Amino acid sequence: MRYVLHRLAQSVVVLFGVTVVVFLIVHLVPGDPIRIGMGTRFDPEIYEALRRASGLDRPPLEQYVSYVSKAVSGDLGVSFRSGQPVTHLLVARLPATVSLAVVGILIALLVSFPLGIISAVRNGSAVDSIVRAVSQLGVSLPNFWLGMLLILLFSSTLGWLPPSGYTPITEDPVEWAKRVIMPGITVGVVAGSILTRYVRSSVLETLSMDHVRTADSKGLPRRLVLSRHVVRNALVPVITVTGTQIAAILGGVIVVEVVFAWPGLGLLVYDAVRARDYPLLQGAVLLIAVIFLVVNLIVDLLYAKVDPRIQLGGDP
Amino acid sequence: MSALPGPPSPSAVPVSATALEVRSLSVSIGTARIVRDVSWSVSPGQTLGIVGESGSGKSMSVLSAVGLGPGNARVTGDVRLTTSDGTEHDLLGLRGNALRRIRGRRIGFVFQDPATSLNPMLTVERQLTEGPEVHLGLKPREARARAAELLELVGIPDPARRLKAYPHELSGGMRQRVMIAVALACEPEVIIADEATTALDVTIQAQIIDAIRELQERLGTATVWISHDLAVVGGIADEVVVMYGGEVLERAETVRLFQDTVHPYTRGLFASRPHLGQRSDQLLSIPGSPPDPRAIPPGCVFWDRCSVRGDDRCRTQHPELVDLGDGHWVRSFYLPDARPPSAEPATRDQEGER
Repeated sequence: MRYVLHRLAQSVVVLFGVTVVVFLIVHLVPGDPIRIGMGTRFDPEIYEALRRASGLDRPPLEQYVSYVSKAVSGDLGVSFRSGQPVTHLLVARLPATVSLAVVGILIALLVSFPLGIISAVRNGSAVDSIVRAVSQLGVSLPNFWLGMLLILLFSSTLGWLPPSGYTPITEDPVEWAKRVIMPGITVGVVAGSILTRYVRSSVLETLSMDHVRTADSKGLPRRLVLSRHVVRNALVPVITVTGTQIAAILGGVIVVEVVFAWPGLGLLVYDAVRARDYPLLQGAVLLIAVIFLVVNLIVDLLYAKVDPRIQLGGDP
Repeated sequence: MSALPGPPSPSAVPVSATALEVRSLSVSIGTARIVRDVSWSVSPGQTLGIVGESGSGKSMSVLSAVGLGPGNARVTGDVRLTTSDGTEHDLLGLRGNALRRIRGRRIGFVFQDPATSLNPMLTVERQLTEGPEVHLGLKPREARARAAELLELVGIPDPARRLKAYPHELSGGMRQRVMIAVALACEPEVIIADEATTALDVTIQAQIIDAIRELQERLGTATVWISHDLAVVGGIADEVVVMYGGEVLERAETVRLFQDTVHPYTRGLFASRPHLGQRSDQLLSIPGSPPDPRAIPPGCVFWDRCSVRGDDRCRTQHPELVDLGDGHWVRSFYLPDARPPSAEPATRDQEGER
C-alpha cells in the first residue's frame, strides 16, 4: 500500500508540473492571443474588455490558481474559435483517439512479443535475422510516411480499404474496423518494432541466467523451461518499456490522425495549433498528459504486482 | 572403466559399482581445447572431489558430460551413467529430451550461488514440485506434499510456510538448502555440486557440507564435488581429481593425496592455503596464470608456473598420466625416486594423446 501511495504522490507532483507548463503555453508564446484574435479590426476598448473578461489582465499567479481550480472541477475554459466549452470538445473527441490508440497498442504487443521471443530463442537463425532487419526498418520509419504508403497501396491501388474517416464502433463495428486498421498499423509499427527489440534482448539476457541453467539441470522439457523460466522472467522488465511505448503511441496518434483525417484528440490539437486556439490547446495537452500519467501509474503498479521482489506493502 | 588404456583401473571396482563414469572426455569450443582427456568415476555412496583453480576446466568437464555445457561446445569421450536398477546410459549419445529425462531424475545439481540459481519469480514450492511432476508424474497435491518432505529433509523448519516463500525472502544458507532439496527431489543416483558452498559464509558452508554428507549417507547417492578449495574437498571426498589447464594432473584417494602429494601443482595448492597466525602478506601463491586454451603449450601445461621445471623435457614433451600404484595417478616427469614410473607410459609421451 505504501508503494501505491508513493507512486500516487509522485504522479501528483508531475501533474502539478504539467499544469504549470500548460499554463505557461499561453504566456510564453510570442504575441497576445486576444490581439491576434482581433486581427486587423483592433479596437483598444474591446481589447481591454476582452482581456478583463478572459482574466488576462490579472497577475499570472492569480490566473494560474484560477485556471487550476477551474480545471479540477472540469472547467477548462472556452474555445476561442468555436465558443464551446473545451471540456465538451475534448470529451467528444476522446473515443476516437482511445479506440485508435488501443488498436495500435494491441497490434504492437501482438507482433512484438511473439517475434521478440522467437528471435531470441532462435538466436542467430534466419528467422532472427529477418526479425532484426524488419524491426530495425520499423524503428526508422516515420509513421506519417508509412501511413501514406498504406493509403496508396490499400486504398488508391487495391481499393480494399477506405483511405480515411471514422465511424464510431458503437454505430457500425465492421465499418469501424475497416477504417481503424490502417491508422492502427501505422501507430503500432514503430512501437511494435522497438518493443520487439526489447523483448528479444530481454529474453536473450534471461536465457543466460543461472536460474535457467538450474531449470535445465532439472531436466524440464525445453518448452517448459522457456515458458516458465525464461519468457515469464524476461517480460517483467519489458512491462516498463511497454508503458513508455504506450505513451509514445499517444504522441504518434497526433500525426497519424492528421494523415487519416481521424477526428480524435490529435486532429483537435493540430487544428487548435493552427487556429491559435490556446484554451483548447491547453485542455488537450493537459488531457493527454493526464492519460500518460495514468497509463504509467498502471504500468508501474502492474510491474510491482508481477515481480514478487517489489513488495507493495514494503519500502518502495 | 579404466581411465586410460593399458594400466588397471585406479579404484579397481567392478563396472556395476560405478554410478557415473567419465572416460577420455574432451571439450573444445572453436580452437579452444578447454578440457583434454579427463577420466574419473564415482560409485554409489562415494564422493569424488574435483579441484582446480578457475579456468582449470573442472566445471566445464562435468557440466559438458551431462549436456549442460555451452551449446557450441564439442564434447568427445564416453560418459556412462548406471542407474540403481542396473541400466547403463550412454549420456553423450543422448540428445535433447532423452537427456532431459536423465537430468533432474538421475542426476541432481547444486550450483554455486543460491541467490541467482533459484528463479526469483517463482515460489519455493513451484521450484520444488516441477521436477517430480515432470519426471515422476506426481499430481500437484502429491508434489506439494513431497516438497514439504524435502524441505524437512534438508533441515528447513516450518516447511509449510517456506513453500509459499520466494527465494529473496530466504537467507543464503536457506536458499542453498532449497537448492539441495531441488537436487534431491527425484531421488537421483548422482548429485553434482558445483562450488556449492563457495558463495556462502564459512559457518553456513560447514552446515551445507554436513547436510549434503548426511543425506548422501542416508540415500546412498554418489556425489561429484567441484571446488577450488582443497580443504573443502579434502573434508568430504573419498577420491580427489586435481585439474589444471584442462587436464588431470593428479588423482588419488583423499588420504593418499594429502599424505603423499606428488605433483608440484598439488603441492602448490597445499602451500597456498592460509594457516592460522599467518598474515595476509605472507600468503603463498603460485605465480602466473593457467594456459590459454586456444594455445596449449606442447609440453607440460604447468611448465611455466612449476617450481621444479626440471629439464627441457618439461617444456617440449607432454607428460602422460602415470599410475604410481593403488590408484594414485600423476602427470609429471618428476616422480618420487622410490616409485619410478613404469617405462611403458613414459615412452608414449612424445606424442601425448593430443
